[in-house]
Amino acid sequence: MTVAPEQVDVLATAREQVLERGEGLTESQILEVLELPEDRLEELLELAHDVRMRWCGPAVEVEGIVSVKTGGCPEDCHFCSQSGLFPTPVRAAWLDIPGLVKACEQTVASGATEFCIVAAVRGPDKRLLSQVRAGIKAIRDAGMDINIATSLGMLTQDQVDELVDMGCHRYNHNLETAKSHFPNVVTTHSWEERWSTLTMVRDAGMEVCCGGIIGMGETLAQRAEFATQLASLNPHEVPMNFLTPNPGTPYENYPVVEGAEALKTVAAFRLAMPKTMLRFAGGRELTFGDLGTKQGMLGGINAIIVGNYLTNLGRPASQDLDMLTELSMPIKALNETL
Amino acid sequence: MTMTVAFCSWCGKSSAEGSHSVCTQRLSMIDPPRYCPECARRMVVQVSPAGWTAKCSRHGETTSPAITG
Repeated sequence: MTVAPEQVDVLATAREQVLERGEGLTESQILEVLELPEDRLEELLELAHDVRMRWCGPAVEVEGIVSVKTGGCPEDCHFCSQSGLFPTPVRAAWLDIPGLVKACEQTVASGATEFCIVAAVRGPDKRLLSQVRAGIKAIRDAGMDINIATSLGMLTQDQVDELVDMGCHRYNHNLETAKSHFPNVVTTHSWEERWSTLTMVRDAGMEVCCGGIIGMGETLAQRAEFATQLASLNPHEVPMNFLTPNPGTPYENYPVVEGAEALKTVAAFRLAMPKTMLRFAGGRELTFGDLGTKQGMLGGINAIIVGNYLTNLGRPASQDLDMLTELSMPIKALNETL
Repeated sequence: MTMTVAFCSWCGKSSAEGSHSVCTQRLSMIDPPRYCPECARRMVVQVSPAGWTAKCSRHGETTSPAITG
């Protein structure tokens, strides 16, 4: 009689490997986590929370974002309502400097320590960089003490250097999805082009913010692949978005990711990246609702975008801040490292 | 002055025709208005952390309660 090799439970392994030693799960282990039955979700979330508390602590980084250039983007990211190639209702708009300063004031008022200036572009041109430079100066001149991040698409080395010179401390550029799935999501540029920008940003000393969107038709194996690829980049922050099917985009009829599946994904990403800041970003309102958001905060998340997003609305910042108080999770202080 | 709500500000179709339950849900949860309720023109919308403004080239600007207040 042949005896089957003893199956080692992936959560027991994770407890020793990730919680005790701080080593992220491998791709095959992440896939095992993603395939766990729903009756083990609670156990998984508890472990992910323990990992977050052990390696990151209780503090939560709060961030506000604003779009400085909306719509009219030449790229064809299939999830995005700002692509000029799809018949979406989003019209192109530029935010002026007073508007940018006001958006930053709103962010500061929420207690956030991070303000991200975002533009829907392939990469920044001189006009945009000049607008961002003037915006950062105006925010500083107004006396606002907040970290400023930017997200302006793909960069050249000169542009990276210019952003460092402006005082941009973190740069967001999402890989969006697994390398193997990327060509199904974007055809106007490659995953490798994005990766190249990220390595330049990292080498220049800026903090790297890189995440993606769950629910774009990727398989569980591709989610595991994506988590592994993000872990290999070792970003400072990973924003986790969940697809909001926006009208006019190729993904307008895609289903919203189901809450339990999304929570499992959050926890799996935490076990893949025990020491990285994991941020709740767009789509959580539809995917999680109020209850699920709290479960996510107790399942591996340790950062959050408060208030509205770029083209969609979020729940009021006060609601998230009240939730953090209720959970006894302090807001990360300015310049504190998570 | 009373504004005429002739069109759905989420989908841009006539308010009187068809169901707009999805539109209403999206507007109450995650979307600012995109179409002018008076003429159905696409509006220029700027979302900020605490609100939004929506501008119709014919009927002017609307601002979210959060910003107005």
